Amino acid sequence: MSPLTVILIPFAGAIAIALAAGQPRLRDTLGWIAAIAFFIGVVQQIGPVLDGAGREQLLWTILPGLDLMLRVEPLGLIFALVASTLWLAATLYAQSYMKAMNYPHLGRFFACYALALGATAGVAFADNLITLFIFYEILTISTYPLVTHSGNADARRGGRIYLGYLLTSSIGLLLVAILWTYFATGTVQFTEGGILAGHVDETWLPLLAGLFFFGIGKAALMPMHRWLPAAMVAPAPVSALLHAVAVVKAGVFTVLKVAVYVFGIDLLAETGSGIWISWFAAFTIIAASLVALTLTDLKARLAYSTVAQLSYVVIGAMVATPLAIIGAVMHLAMHAVAKITLFFGAGAIQVAHNRKTIPELDGLGRVMPWTFGAFTVGTLSIIGLPLFGGMWSKWYLLLGALETHQLVLVAALLLSSLLNILYLLIIPIRAFFAPAAEGVPTEGIHEAPLPQLIAMTVCAAGCIALFFWPDPLFHLAGMLVQ
Amino acid sequence: MTLVELMPFSVLVPLIAAPLCALLPGRILPWLLALASAIASTVIAALVLPQAIDGPLSYAFGNWPPPIGIEYRVDSANAFVALLVSGLAVLATLWGRKSVNEELDQPQGVFYSLFLLALAGLMGITLTGDAFNVFVFLEISSLSTYALIAHGPDRRALLASFRYLIMGTVGATFFLIGVGFLYIMTGTLNMADLAERLPEVADTRTVHVALAFIIVGMGLKLAMLPLHLWLPNAYTYAPNFISVFIAGTATKVALYVMIRMIYTVFGADYSYAVLPLTAVFLALALAGMFIGAWTAIFQANLKRMLAWSSISQVGYMLLGLALGTVAGLTATFLHLFNHALIKAALFMAVGTVAWRVGSVRIEAFRGLGRQMPWTMTAFALAGLSIIGIPTTAGFISKWYLILAAMDAGQPWLVALIVISSLMAVVYVWRVIEAAWFQSRPADAETVREAPLSLLVPLWLMVGLNFWFGLDTRLPVAGATAAAEALFGPTGVTP
Amino acid sequence: MAALGHFNYWIVVILMMIGFYCVIARGNMVKKMIGLNIFQTSVFILFISAGKIIGGSTPILRKGVELYSNPLPHVLILTAIVVGVATTAVGLALAMRIKEAYGTIEDDLIHDDEPAAEDEGNR
Repeated sequence: MSPLTVILIPFAGAIAIALAAGQPRLRDTLGWIAAIAFFIGVVQQIGPVLDGAGREQLLWTILPGLDLMLRVEPLGLIFALVASTLWLAATLYAQSYMKAMNYPHLGRFFACYALALGATAGVAFADNLITLFIFYEILTISTYPLVTHSGNADARRGGRIYLGYLLTSSIGLLLVAILWTYFATGTVQFTEGGILAGHVDETWLPLLAGLFFFGIGKAALMPMHRWLPAAMVAPAPVSALLHAVAVVKAGVFTVLKVAVYVFGIDLLAETGSGIWISWFAAFTIIAASLVALTLTDLKARLAYSTVAQLSYVVIGAMVATPLAIIGAVMHLAMHAVAKITLFFGAGAIQVAHNRKTIPELDGLGRVMPWTFGAFTVGTLSIIGLPLFGGMWSKWYLLLGALETHQLVLVAALLLSSLLNILYLLIIPIRAFFAPAAEGVPTEGIHEAPLPQLIAMTVCAAGCIALFFWPDPLFHLAGMLVQ
Repeated sequence: MTLVELMPFSVLVPLIAAPLCALLPGRILPWLLALASAIASTVIAALVLPQAIDGPLSYAFGNWPPPIGIEYRVDSANAFVALLVSGLAVLATLWGRKSVNEELDQPQGVFYSLFLLALAGLMGITLTGDAFNVFVFLEISSLSTYALIAHGPDRRALLASFRYLIMGTVGATFFLIGVGFLYIMTGTLNMADLAERLPEVADTRTVHVALAFIIVGMGLKLAMLPLHLWLPNAYTYAPNFISVFIAGTATKVALYVMIRMIYTVFGADYSYAVLPLTAVFLALALAGMFIGAWTAIFQANLKRMLAWSSISQVGYMLLGLALGTVAGLTATFLHLFNHALIKAALFMAVGTVAWRVGSVRIEAFRGLGRQMPWTMTAFALAGLSIIGIPTTAGFISKWYLILAAMDAGQPWLVALIVISSLMAVVYVWRVIEAAWFQSRPADAETVREAPLSLLVPLWLMVGLNFWFGLDTRLPVAGATAAAEALFGPTGVTP
Repeated sequence: MAALGHFNYWIVVILMMIGFYCVIARGNMVKKMIGLNIFQTSVFILFISAGKIIGGSTPILRKGVELYSNPLPHVLILTAIVVGVATTAVGLALAMRIKEAYGTIEDDLIHDDEPAAEDEGNR
């Protein structure tokens, strides 16, 4: 399949789902068909990329030098693989969750869900900044109805912050950076080794880097992070999609893409233009972790945890040594799998017991052992303990930071792991061992519906599997820095 | 009939149809006649454009060869503008029927007759190669526009129209004075002939003054700051159909005349040397861009907001002109084209809401996103275009403007362009916020989506914004050809 | 005295200023229209003056006349006068409608530029 076909599958799926909105069975079946076809399409891209010949496709020339163009390269492939795999799990989960919670307008919901995935694929396969920017904006807009799905005042307020932050940062900073790049270099094409070297004066590079990396609001680098907690008003599968797969990963993916293919890691490493941003990222990690500590709402805490974790990737991209880049790329995948597990867990708790705040969860682990088991696995992976995939990415990130003697960053990464234990691991610990909170049954098992458990388990298993078999990921990430 | 002989009919068809239209009874017949004439004009303009890009076409009225007789001389610059004006008239008319029915009770023969006169006037200004003829057509279009604005349902339309009449007439008379001076010095009114004869007398004070008068006169008509005072009220209180039409065409045609005078008649080298045009246009362009956008942000009446936004967008066009390069002029023409599409779409969207809700104040838009989703989505998409998001037409013109600014070695302008675009984000966002993020006031009646006869032309207009944002061949080729025709093939003025 | 030799141009300038002053300074709309007319008339005189050739005869072809005045400005100004009359007509018609709607044609007495509530009537 050509990259365009792969991107079009979810878009076509969205239209089909919207048309079948009135017939739940058909709609769900179409959702599955789109997800599976998309997955197959992405998997088919692996072979050519490994052979070093990712498919490329010129769609349309807007103006000379301004093309809509797609190309499959290792980084995009990793992102697309993560997205397509997790979409399968998310489909299973979302269909069950949305029905269990009695949400209306499911046709619109699943259509936008598919649209968001299509836009994500577009971001992943974009071969130049303009194409990427367009899909990036489609992603923002198509997820907006998902964020505000419940339609109440809270949802609208959240949606407003969501749209406001993402649109303003992308138009006001990212687009400017893209234009600057074009006028400095005459191209916006992603090129191995970067395009900026020799075109932009070294004194201006840090500013350009700032425009780019703060402009990519989806990467939630402080102070551009406010949209992420605000988007917590969305239903749980959306949070899972936003915070694990589509939106935030599109953000850090774009950060990586810009670092590797626009700046070029050599340029970033030599000039250190991104170092000041990595300090912001380090600050973001610590600050977001501290904020997370104070929050009692489960999803809000997970959101701030995401803010922190995204900055890991940003640090990796800014340090820009080969090891750090590998770490950053792997973290993109590892965090996705772990965080989606956590959000699935949060949703499952809501479905089964309608609980949202952390103190209410005391003792719930004994009633929902399966859910909290998966939750624990996800937590441990995020902390980065051995036996869990998250270890690898943190390991390489640390190595990268050590290599460049950025001790501040090393300290931030280590401190953040400790804080992770305090604000994340404490949740399952209290759920399993604390005395039961008010209203929590002390015996018997009361779990979420089976499809949700399966989705959660698969993702949790993924966290572990990625510890034992990180090779394919490592190999693909390695292709980036050769 | 050859194409050259057909060419004047793009002016004559609406001109002849106008009195017929006044005689037609009822509502539907005048509308049909207006639509048919506008379509005929458009078809002719579309046929002429490809020919004109190859080389100028000339038609002498009454077989009096120029420079004695009146000549229609069409090169790529005016063919491009003519196609824009007539095409926009077609779309506006398609959209306008329901809207006019709502605003006007009486039989509409006279109304559409005035509209046809305005169209004929604008087309005439565009096509003619005779400086005095420009004045005559200018007054035909202006007088009918005053009358059309006065048809607005609010009594303030009358005031707006009267003030526009005073300022418009002063502007046109200034233009006439300038033309008079040129005639005194050269003894000719034909533009091409003027261009040939002017160099002999170029260094006289009379010619300098003529240039100044013409620029100020046209500056009034195109609402160049600080001569913009008539525009906000005129756009606000005019019937919505007329707002759509004049927002897309009237200022554009005035700008075209100014460019034509500066480049063809006087010659760019001369004009820019005699008057400090670069500095003046630059200052006025920037003032317009920022004051216009800034004022737009605070308007509660959305038609007035769009009007101020127009003043800001005229600033972009002047900016391209200020650069005084082929690239800058290309950007000006591109924005002239694209902004016409954008502003027409925005006015259509607001007019559609006015048709349904009966108000164009921002409070009336609260919660409309759910009740009129198609209309408001169209507004939002056209809003993206005015901000200049990639894939929209607005992006293309800003892209060329930035290219031109970089080309001219003025990178700081890029920053200003971007900042003023962000101000556009603010005023567009206000509407989006009201429509989607505020709930409908409890006492407001529930409204249904507008009928297809309004939605289809509106979406056609929005579609064009995206079409020309992706397929840029026509506007870019047209604008480039226009700019090159004005500069002359070698970049030296003829 | 050389300056006085161009006395017609001086008249043009004086008329133009009177007319322009009226347009700007007068609040009464009819007076504004009168000012506008004077302003336009001054331009007509400018054109006509340019067409006059000293010693030239009326431009009607006949025997024994060598020097004619230039007829073209007359033709142009005939058109311009028509335009001017039309402008006056539209302007006065508007003034009448304004009188009906507001009860006055004094610009200073009309104060409803921006009353928010009334915009509702603007459909």
